[in-house]
Amino acid sequence: MKELKVRLLVIIPAFNEEASIGGVVASVRKYAPEADIVVVNDGSADATADVAGRAGATVLSHLYNMGIGATMQTGYKYASRAGYDVAVQVDGDGQHPAESIRFLVETLIKGRADLVVGSRFLGEGDYKPSLARSTGMAIFSKVVSAVIKVKVTDTTSGFRAAGKRCIDFFSARYPDDYPEVEALVLLHKKGFSIMEVPVTMSERASGRSSITPVKSVYYMVKVLLAIFVDLLKRV
Amino acid sequence: MYYLQIFSIIGSLVLFAIVIDFIRRGLLKEKYSVLWLASAVVIMALSVKKELLDSIAAWLGIAYPPSLLFLVAFIFVLLITLHFSVVISLLHEKNKAIAQELALMKNALKEAGIEVQGKGGGQERK
Repeated sequence: MKELKVRLLVIIPAFNEEASIGGVVASVRKYAPEADIVVVNDGSADATADVAGRAGATVLSHLYNMGIGATMQTGYKYASRAGYDVAVQVDGDGQHPAESIRFLVETLIKGRADLVVGSRFLGEGDYKPSLARSTGMAIFSKVVSAVIKVKVTDTTSGFRAAGKRCIDFFSARYPDDYPEVEALVLLHKKGFSIMEVPVTMSERASGRSSITPVKSVYYMVKVLLAIFVDLLKRV
Repeated sequence: MYYLQIFSIIGSLVLFAIVIDFIRRGLLKEKYSVLWLASAVVIMALSVKKELLDSIAAWLGIAYPPSLLFLVAFIFVLLITLHFSVVISLLHEKNKAIAQELALMKNALKEAGIEVQGKGGGQERK
């Protein structure tokens, strides 16, 4: 594979991921050696920051837990100020395949897109969410695709690549509550282009989703509400 | 003059005095006191001028005029809590920006060779 001629930053949000963060950083370094890596430690109570630092990542630590939205935004602020061309979000729990980072970045550049989302549902992968969750995801997909007029199958995927324009926008403005879904709506309102590519995601190396099946319905209603509120916002 | 009138006049005077005292002692910022003072003044006016209370109540179709006092008080409480929600949201945004800036600055200092002690630096653990 030819070397990518862009300044690439991989942003890894992490909250109490000491068990998996070392492996994630190592895997990113292996598959995307040209990338700089920043781990945003969202007030972890464990040794996440230390492990990430020793694995060779730059670590930005929040004083207290601020949630995934603020955590991603800290990463984007870092990317924007350091002038990176492309930023790739990779979860700290090890479910995102580092070997697909280059695929996302190449798609972003070739497709002249502002954001490329890695989807679990486009490819052949064996990702099998619970019934409640897959129903919720299907509904998000329908609603978001209709709203932004681009088909997005995996709206909650946190594995995505952002171009320079998008980095600057996220650095100034990033949603707090359900950032993956809401960011798509905000970008659409901003007139940015969004693409989706298939990726195969593995089971989490450690930890659990912040969303338990029991809370799925409640979560779904809140996200749908947030989508419509976002449509009313000024961007 | 009815007891209720005397009661609500005294009540609104006490509220007014407390708010002014809090401002004087720096416990309350002027800009967060406006709604409180306005509610005290309006309730006082409605309590002193019984004809005013009666005519507004009649115009609104409220059979028992003193309940207008409760309605007015309730509306002010609603406005005040809504105001608080807005203020909290703005504070949340500012607080987040400061905390993010702190994380970025700590890293910048570390890269400049200055180690910052304290929670969240990520280096204090073995």
